[in-house]
Amino acid sequence: MSVETPRPGGAPWLTLRTRGLSLRIDRRVPPVLTIALLVMLAAMVFNIGVGEYPIPPLDVVRTVLGLPTGNEDYAFIVNTLRLPRMLVAALVGMALGISGVILQGLTRNPLADPGILGISAGAGLVAVTLIVVVQDVPSGVLPVAAFAGAVTVAALIYVLAWRGGDSPIRLILVGIGLGAICGAATTLMITFGDIYDVQRALIWLTGSVYGRSWEEFWPLVPWIVVFGPLALLLARDLNALNLGEDVARGLGSPVAWRRGLLLLTAVALAAATVAAAGTIGFVGLMAPHISRRLVGPDHSGLLPTAGVIGALIVVAADLVGRTLFAPIELPAGLITAAVGAPFFIGLLWHQRRG
Amino acid sequence: MSRLHTDHLTLAYDQAVIISGMDVSIPSGQITALVGPNGCGKSTLLRGLARLLAPKGGTAFLDGKAIHQLPTRELARQLGILPQSPVAPEGLTVRELVAQGRYPHQSWLQQWASDDEAAVAKALDLTGMRDLADRPVDALSGGQRQRDWIAMTLAQETPVILLDEPTTFLDLSHQIEVLQLLERLNRDEGRTIVMVVHDLNHATRHATHLIALKAGAVVAAGAPAEVVTPELLRIVFGVEGAVVPDPRSGVPLCIAYGLADLSLVETAHADEAATTQEGTRGASQLVLE
Repeated sequence: MSVETPRPGGAPWLTLRTRGLSLRIDRRVPPVLTIALLVMLAAMVFNIGVGEYPIPPLDVVRTVLGLPTGNEDYAFIVNTLRLPRMLVAALVGMALGISGVILQGLTRNPLADPGILGISAGAGLVAVTLIVVVQDVPSGVLPVAAFAGAVTVAALIYVLAWRGGDSPIRLILVGIGLGAICGAATTLMITFGDIYDVQRALIWLTGSVYGRSWEEFWPLVPWIVVFGPLALLLARDLNALNLGEDVARGLGSPVAWRRGLLLLTAVALAAATVAAAGTIGFVGLMAPHISRRLVGPDHSGLLPTAGVIGALIVVAADLVGRTLFAPIELPAGLITAAVGAPFFIGLLWHQRRG
Repeated sequence: MSRLHTDHLTLAYDQAVIISGMDVSIPSGQITALVGPNGCGKSTLLRGLARLLAPKGGTAFLDGKAIHQLPTRELARQLGILPQSPVAPEGLTVRELVAQGRYPHQSWLQQWASDDEAAVAKALDLTGMRDLADRPVDALSGGQRQRDWIAMTLAQETPVILLDEPTTFLDLSHQIEVLQLLERLNRDEGRTIVMVVHDLNHATRHATHLIALKAGAVVAAGAPAEVVTPELLRIVFGVEGAVVPDPRSGVPLCIAYGLADLSLVETAHADEAATTQEGTRGASQLVLE
């Protein structure tokens, strides 16, 4: 096995070669990923430590690892109340980051994001309908229903905007339009719903990890475990498709089904997050852009980096939302929107000039 | 000798048939230029040869095998295509773009073998892009950018390379830069090159084989010196002009004086249509006789 470090003037990537296996990643990926992971872990510890009952960071770590802390209450507060909530935030952020990278790569559109394209709104509509109409929905069913809604919107976007050429603005406009339609239908559901269900749906819609427990965490896991690695396996195809359909086909990529698989992955990840935490906007937009700045446009490094950055964003947003006006809690989705909306406008501005 | 040819190839976009029952044959080891007026089907033919467009009828063959039935990865190791004005993603470096050319040689386990590295280095050297290798593609001039895309196609290491209007949107010096690069690749590497070109004089100077198309049919095919005549200018482009030997190289040089008398073109067109209907191959006879 040999790990080549780049010679001066040589390749700017790291190559790993063993018998029967060879990989290449941008040399910025290992340091960036390490630092991002450390920052994410720190944010996670702070996220758990902060609250009406503050816990020192060291005791957070000890409690999570199952070591004695000398305070009997910590175990309940951390392991039952705050840890699952924080983990839901992390997984949601990770899924949104990866989903955003795929959508931006596939559409070759820097403004694409599951929220802006209306995919999350479609997932939200079906999920709210289920909450209001069926009421006691088992938590495992919600992701599947959300997925159905997201797939429907994605298919509509594909038919209405994508197939007729790849105009970035048209794609975004159709997405925003479909999102608005789903939003209106969701409001309709809420108007007619039972007051208790509506309250639940409303909190959930803002995009919040408030009160999330292991019951919401576990149904989220399989979606990430299946589609996260699948995205990584398809990184090379995403690279090829990012050069345009004709180039990708010329390079020998089986364009139709690889693109379908990638789109399915992006939609599944986005839908799973909506089922777990409602629509937390702009994470799928910001995480890929920040990551591209850090590790460049190669998707084999971009996908994991955007996953970690996405997790960091949502965990931090939840932390900020809980501390900014404590004891009043702001939903994480509100924080990401407050930061993400100006970010989106900045990108639009940059696009218009570019 | 020809590895690439078509047999009654019919190509269409949705219902609009652009090329109908065309037989062409691309000579191996040469530079073939596809020329003709806008909408004559030259880009469509190239896309058909590169399986970017599925045939409505007939077949395109590579080494006797139907191109559209070959596994896409296998074909991508034999035949490279550079589509018209491709756009690189923001921030991608010259070297990273070239590395994408290795796609058909990779697998899930073998993503960056030593021959991938070597092919990229060679493509950068051949195109003179080595010193620019770590620049972002969007910071390059038009000519450099096109050279980078050609380098990507070279890294694919295919014996046949198809290029759709590789000189469009480039200024004159950058056009020459790209055409000379293609000549060098053909001469030194023995690659078969097929390109769509707009400028007839570029085609006569840099290509060794010319296929002139009009309204989705081949009007003439052969060496530039044999094929390019005032009649060809009139029939194919509707232009009245002269063809003189280039003072330095002797290749035919076209000078356009004005639009041709339309009635004459119509007559020639009718003749040509008649010729096609009779199934007479090599419409160049029509021009030469």
